[in-house]
Amino acid sequence: MDSEACTLNVRVWRGGESGGFREYEVPRLESQTVLDVVTYIQRRIDPTLSYRFACRVGMCGSCAMTVNGKPRWTCRTHVAKVADGDRLEIAPLSNLPIVRDLVTDMTPFFEKWQRARGRFQGGHTRRDDFARVPPDSRERQNTDAGIECIGCGVCYSACEVVAWKPEYLGPAALNRAWTLVNDVRDTDRRARLSAVAGDAGCHACHTQMHCTERCPKQISPTAAISGLKRLVLAAALKGELEEEPGR
Amino acid sequence: MSPRAQVLLWGAQRASAAVLAICVAVHLATVIYAVRNGLSAAEILGRTRGNAPWLAFYLVFVASVAVHAPIGLRAILAEWTRWRGRSLDLAMLLVGGLLALWGARAVWAVFA
Amino acid sequence: MKHDFRARNHPAYWAFLAHRVSGLLLALFLPVHFWALGQALHGEAVLDGFLRWTEHPLAKLGEVILVLALSAHLTGGLRILMLEFLAWRDWQKSLAALAAGLSLAAGLAFLLNLG
Repeated sequence: MDSEACTLNVRVWRGGESGGFREYEVPRLESQTVLDVVTYIQRRIDPTLSYRFACRVGMCGSCAMTVNGKPRWTCRTHVAKVADGDRLEIAPLSNLPIVRDLVTDMTPFFEKWQRARGRFQGGHTRRDDFARVPPDSRERQNTDAGIECIGCGVCYSACEVVAWKPEYLGPAALNRAWTLVNDVRDTDRRARLSAVAGDAGCHACHTQMHCTERCPKQISPTAAISGLKRLVLAAALKGELEEEPGR
Repeated sequence: MSPRAQVLLWGAQRASAAVLAICVAVHLATVIYAVRNGLSAAEILGRTRGNAPWLAFYLVFVASVAVHAPIGLRAILAEWTRWRGRSLDLAMLLVGGLLALWGARAVWAVFA
Repeated sequence: MKHDFRARNHPAYWAFLAHRVSGLLLALFLPVHFWALGQALHGEAVLDGFLRWTEHPLAKLGEVILVLALSAHLTGGLRILMLEFLAWRDWQKSLAALAAGLSLAAGLAFLLNLG
């Protein structure tokens, strides 16, 4: 590997919605991650830079940003892998309101999670015996395929339907709904299927698969949403959907 | 439009798609075959005039298209323009009606 | 900054775009198609007169594009029906390639028959 540039030319989004890119020169190091680059800028060049991170080892999803146009976990993104020559472009996640610089407001993301009824509702009490769920049953395998989601927002940021239709619940919320619909202990199935039905729900998905392409945990929200489409259609045909699902 | 109606609209789109898959396959094969020695009215009409099976086939084709196309257009307009809601739904209903009407007229034209 | 072409550059997205654009093209073409065939109501000679316009090279090009659009929309649609109605499998991601291949084959068959 010869004559690799010793500095990176990094464009970073500064400000709010109507902000702009500002350029920084950052020393290029071996095994550097994009999070390292952002940290360097904030500590050594411009302390006013706002950004989020926590675990920095690919477990929490807090450091998700748009890197050279694609949403990724910056702590798990090696500069060597994504740099365009010696250029990097770092921006906040798409489809979310910008708080400042690289920080987005995750409120709409989690609001939609709630709207999709992405919360477990059980029917047992502490006096009942444990539920027995065979791990190799079809339902449990469906749930397991999507259960590792940590709500990082990368899929939501990648989804173009979210960009076109602000009311669309989005891949993460729908993926969570799918894991719960397949959870045999859950008792909220009917309301949940109603919540994810229609133009703002699973039927808005056009299988573009940006979500599946970008998920850092290799989850396929497209698969989950396809499953929901089938179940919701069946429920609609049987007249089982609620007209005004409560939140 | 209620969520249930939206779901049924989606279902109708997929169902008509399944029907169209067969119709289009037949139509494509026919077109590729028919174009072999040039296109002429005599050749087309020779196949369709007074032919009840072709009439039935094309009427089913037209009906499926009249269901399928407006629902697709509705999604495109709602996503790529600012048009939403009742007026869009009514406009698409109109499009479906017109396609059915003109299509039926065209089918009759080559059958009668 | 927004999700741009760099992130859209993968097969499932091209499949979506091809499907949507071909569908739009067909939807716009259909009224013309119905009108043209409806000319037969005025007699065979009138239809023949219209068909003579299709001899023009530009018309031939248009026809090839339409056949490609039709087969692309058909194969892409079959792909979507499989994605949505069959339980998910890994090979379903490769359906886009299959759809593209079949579509091109149909277009080619048409083109060869034109010559």
